[in-house]
Amino acid sequence: MADEALISIRQLTKDYPMGRSFFRALNDINLEIGTGEFAGLVGPSGSGKTTLLNIVGSLDIPTKGEARVLGQSVGALNARQSATLRNHHLGFIFQTYNLLPVYTVFENVELPLLLLNIGSTERREMVDRALEWVGLQDKRKSRPAQLSGGECQRVSIARAMVKSPRIVLADEPTANLDAANSHNILQTMEKLNRDLKTTFIFATHDEKVINYLHRKISLNDGKVVNDAVMGNM
Amino acid sequence: MLALKLAFRNLIGARLRTWLNVFVLSLAFVVIIWFKGVLNGWDEQARRDTIAWQIGGGEYWQENYDPYDPFSIDESHAVMSDEILKDVGQEKLTPMLIGQATMYPEGRIQSISLRGVDPAQKIIELPTANLTDTDDAIPAIIGQRTARNNKLSVGDFVTIRWRDVNGTFDAADVKIAHIFRTDVPAMDLNIVWIPLKKHQEMFRMLNEATILITAKGAKSPETDFVGTFPGWTFKDHYFLLADIREMIKMKSFGGYLMFIILMSLAMLAIFDTQVLSIFRRQKEIGTHIALGMTQRQVITLFTVEGAMHSILAAILAAIYGIPLLSYQAAVGWSMPAGTDDFGLTIAEKIYPSYSLALVLGSTLVVLITTTIVSYIPARRIAKMNPTDAIRGKIQ
Repeated sequence: MADEALISIRQLTKDYPMGRSFFRALNDINLEIGTGEFAGLVGPSGSGKTTLLNIVGSLDIPTKGEARVLGQSVGALNARQSATLRNHHLGFIFQTYNLLPVYTVFENVELPLLLLNIGSTERREMVDRALEWVGLQDKRKSRPAQLSGGECQRVSIARAMVKSPRIVLADEPTANLDAANSHNILQTMEKLNRDLKTTFIFATHDEKVINYLHRKISLNDGKVVNDAVMGNM
Repeated sequence: MLALKLAFRNLIGARLRTWLNVFVLSLAFVVIIWFKGVLNGWDEQARRDTIAWQIGGGEYWQENYDPYDPFSIDESHAVMSDEILKDVGQEKLTPMLIGQATMYPEGRIQSISLRGVDPAQKIIELPTANLTDTDDAIPAIIGQRTARNNKLSVGDFVTIRWRDVNGTFDAADVKIAHIFRTDVPAMDLNIVWIPLKKHQEMFRMLNEATILITAKGAKSPETDFVGTFPGWTFKDHYFLLADIREMIKMKSFGGYLMFIILMSLAMLAIFDTQVLSIFRRQKEIGTHIALGMTQRQVITLFTVEGAMHSILAAILAAIYGIPLLSYQAAVGWSMPAGTDDFGLTIAEKIYPSYSLALVLGSTLVVLITTTIVSYIPARRIAKMNPTDAIRGKIQ
């Protein structure tokens, strides 16, 4: 389990308005996630995995309760503070990669560093290192349309990891990949988690991903129904 | 700075879509600058020619003279004082006497303005030296338009009938000594020029004149060598060039209409691209936010991206526009045959004139307009839900 609480969630509830009533996506969630964890939010569609991930990523705010990320209460942050939190400490990996189609691989990975105002020489070194982690040094000038799905997701991992964030949030990262590519991606992320002590949090219902997790937090109907440390930790 | 860098990357990456917009906008740039340049060139040429051919450094008008009232012409003459004659002798002034007459070319009747001018004058470019024909007939010079309209050639005789100061009609033949070409219709259309002395004799107005044209350089009666003459009113360039100014103002209005049409077309393309971008690039907007941009920064990025079309268009316009417009400024723009018959002071060729203020002003207007047009659709980003945007969910 965690050495220290990197993410602390207390009595978190999230409601979405639906006409005159509302839909409760998360219901009284209590969780703590520590540094260096390789954890997954597991559950069927509509169980609240992505909603919880979005709140941890400060892209959304709780309706009730509190979500503290790196000591900051997500609900209390203004737009600029949220952006700063994401910019400095959070990395995102999406199911559909979300690479910018008009940018090259290098430019896609470089983007978070531009937002951090890092100088060009250091930026180049950091991008090269990130591409080396995911084994895409030879594709730096390619555009996303010229890459396979597995390669696109590896670019997405490099983009999330390039600034060495404290937390990486991965929403269904293998949903669009075949088995071989999925394993490849997961091994890469596991290695980065081990080497860099980056906390990885997945939202998934893919068995391949679940098999790699060190901690499985099962959700159903917006509630945590099980929280277990896995044997592969 | 970051927005500029990313916007530039996005535009270059968008390739054909960007270049189509940029090309349309660059056309607007070039046509707007060209049209304004033509008007400026025309304005400059019209002023230059009018000063050289007609008004010199300004005119003294006999106090009754009103060029827009033909009934006042008969009363618009006065004897030149010794002071005036002294300035005439020193070539500071040249007198002109205006009278109404009738010409009978090939048996037809044509009303004309019969004008007497000193054959030795050098103040205006009217080729009056040709009036020194020593033949027995009265020598006359006319402009090309008058010659063409009345089918007159050099050497032709034509009968002129006039009424002198006492109301007595008389007639005589004049001989066309020379036909000149001028871009100033006011010196040509239905005007017959004869020697001043002869005109004074014919009209029995010895030593009289209607207008005194000053030599170039005379600024005003108070500040320059030309004095104040009782019974004569000085008219400066500002007054005498008012018609040209009004004409250019009218033409400029047409230019603005063209400017608005062109700008609207270009702005429509930019607006359309922006709306489409914000609709199609929601996932990209969400990704930017996830990577650490605020919605305001994303709005700035999209606005700069739209506005940058005009910067690229200015560069593209400079690449093909500068050689094209420079070439045209050098060779001129030929006016269609017969344009000068409209009574406008216009040369056979107009040489467009481009000033730095014109180029910078047009660029600034296009840049500001493009920025506003780009900002309007970009404001929608502020209303987007980032979590839906990341998934590309249409909002």
